Amino acid sequence: MADKILMKGNEAIAEAGIKAGCRFFFGYPITPQNELPAYMARRLPMEDGVFLQAESEVAAINMVYGAAGAGARVMTSSSSPGISLKQEGISYMAGSELPGVIVNIIRGGPGLGGIQPAQSDYLQATKGGGHGDYRLLVLAPQSVQEAVDLTMEAFDLADKYRNPVMILGDGMIGQMMEPVEFPGETSPEELPKKEWATVGNEGRKANIINSLSLQAEKLEELNLRLQKKYKQMQEEEVRVETTKTEDAEYVIVAFGSMARIALSAVERAREEGIKVGLIRPISLFPYPEQVVGKVAEQAKFMLTVEMNCGQMLEDVRLAVNGRCPVYFYGRTGGVVPTSQEIYEKLMELVRGEK
Amino acid sequence: MKVVAKRPRALMDKPTHYCPGCTHGITHRLVAEVIDEMDIREKTIGVAPVGCAVLAYEYFDCDFQQAAHGRAPAVATGIKRVLPENFVFTYQGDGDLASIGTAEIVHAAMRGENITTIFINNAIYGMTGGQMAPTTMIGQKTTTSPYGRDSKSAGEPIRVVEMLSTFSRAAYLARVGLFNNKEIKKAKKAIRKAFETQKAGQGFSLVELLSTCPTNWGMNPAEALDWVESNMVPYYPLGEYKTPEGGEDR
Ligand SMILES: Cc1ncc(C[n+]2csc(CCOP(=O)(O)OP(=O)(O)O)c2C)c(N)n1
Ligand code: SF4
Ligand SMILES: [Mg+2]
Repeated sequence: MADKILMKGNEAIAEAGIKAGCRFFFGYPITPQNELPAYMARRLPMEDGVFLQAESEVAAINMVYGAAGAGARVMTSSSSPGISLKQEGISYMAGSELPGVIVNIIRGGPGLGGIQPAQSDYLQATKGGGHGDYRLLVLAPQSVQEAVDLTMEAFDLADKYRNPVMILGDGMIGQMMEPVEFPGETSPEELPKKEWATVGNEGRKANIINSLSLQAEKLEELNLRLQKKYKQMQEEEVRVETTKTEDAEYVIVAFGSMARIALSAVERAREEGIKVGLIRPISLFPYPEQVVGKVAEQAKFMLTVEMNCGQMLEDVRLAVNGRCPVYFYGRTGGVVPTSQEIYEKLMELVRGEK
Repeated sequence: MKVVAKRPRALMDKPTHYCPGCTHGITHRLVAEVIDEMDIREKTIGVAPVGCAVLAYEYFDCDFQQAAHGRAPAVATGIKRVLPENFVFTYQGDGDLASIGTAEIVHAAMRGENITTIFINNAIYGMTGGQMAPTTMIGQKTTTSPYGRDSKSAGEPIRVVEMLSTFSRAAYLARVGLFNNKEIKKAKKAIRKAFETQKAGQGFSLVELLSTCPTNWGMNPAEALDWVESNMVPYYPLGEYKTPEGGEDR
């Protein structure tokens, strides 16, 4: 295993893509993810790859579509407003069953919003985002190392399911520097051939990348096949971390960098003898609803903490399904809740219980 | 019996959904003949638009991708960057290319993306039932310009080939008609040149074909061809606007 190197989140995600065998990147500038394309622009030519700054996020995602359809591992990154523009293309990718990795380093919204970290694209990311009945695999890292690991995994998952995968980070993940190591390297030549890709139909029938079905029954068939994939994801791809939940009476649920901050609040309360635990969903779709539901059986309440006005909250409530009360604490617009604030909210709720 | 028009190998043996007298059919045929003559069918990847030609992948016997409305040049860019040795072409209508996809075609031409675009200018949105296109003629009646296109509120028709001519990396640009046999022959020659430009790696190539939509123009096929010649050609002059050698032939 290689030595640890100090890297910014955005750059580490880019390098992780290259290490996973991605040689094609299409993007458009937007803060706070600019280091990612800049890194690709520097690095990809060294690997005989292609970096292309597209005319817009719309063009970028459609270049991703074309490159993915031609069988390549391909990646794009953006931040909230740009991800909104990509939605039509992402829906086409899901409908045409194309793999690809999309990074969203979320900033505060709506509209042009701000450039500070936020988690306000949770619903957009996990419920499809564009038109039609589809899902992305959504992975939310809480550290630079985890961003590396999940990005590398994302390419395998995208290929396994022929479905786009989203890495959902925020400005903190993108901007912070941490030591990382890269767990290996795949060259594009080692990857299995994609028999369905459009590469020229020498000696076979033509391959077609398409999401159009003018017959209702045919389109329903496609949808049912997609739903089967999402079900398989729910069975095989749930990733979640639990901390001190075994004996917990109170449970905080948080994802991404928010979970990291929430953990300090949990530790502080534990020092004071309060039995608090933390559930950190890593895959946001598929959502770890069974784990959340199970822990809810023993909990007196759950507290969802997010950098938005309560989006994952809906999934927590669905998973808890009335087994215990679910409360919410969040800041938004780029304001990051401190561990002190979370601790105080937790203690206020604990006092209310007693 | 003499076979006058054998089906090109690059076309599937099936009837198309195009209306009688629509020039989409003849254009498919010309592209397929060029692909055959250059013997590049198994190395070619087409990109279908959203528009009446959305089902082009059903008719060409080569690998195909269906693109979102207007995004074919971006999709083709993605394909070509992965497969620089293959031939990549887009087939796009005027709503697709000159309205919703203006940015994509302009930037593909600006980059000199080594792809070929077959551009069907029929001065209307065919598929959605005859709305005004950016290429609709002044005074032309459509469902969304019921009193005739008025330049004061709807501007003047976009001349795509002229607009793209300013880019040094747009290597081959031509506008052709399909309103008689002589023009059809010229059209085929232009399509061939466009694909040869791509083969030589000289950059972006585009052929604009002045086309008909008898159904939404409310004309019979013969009237529609006459209308192209008498109404469209004067505004959209035919000829080669750019060639890799640097010449013009208009
Ligand atoms: C994003 C989006 N907007 C609108 C449409 C509806 N639409 C389908 S085809 C079309 C116009 C096609 O006209 P043109 O490109 O001129 O092709 P033609 O049918 O004339 O060959 C439109 C507006 C769509 N499919 N997607
Ligand atoms: S609607 Fe117009 S463009 Fe479409 S197939 Fe019919 S004639 Fe051709
Ligand atoms: Mg048209």
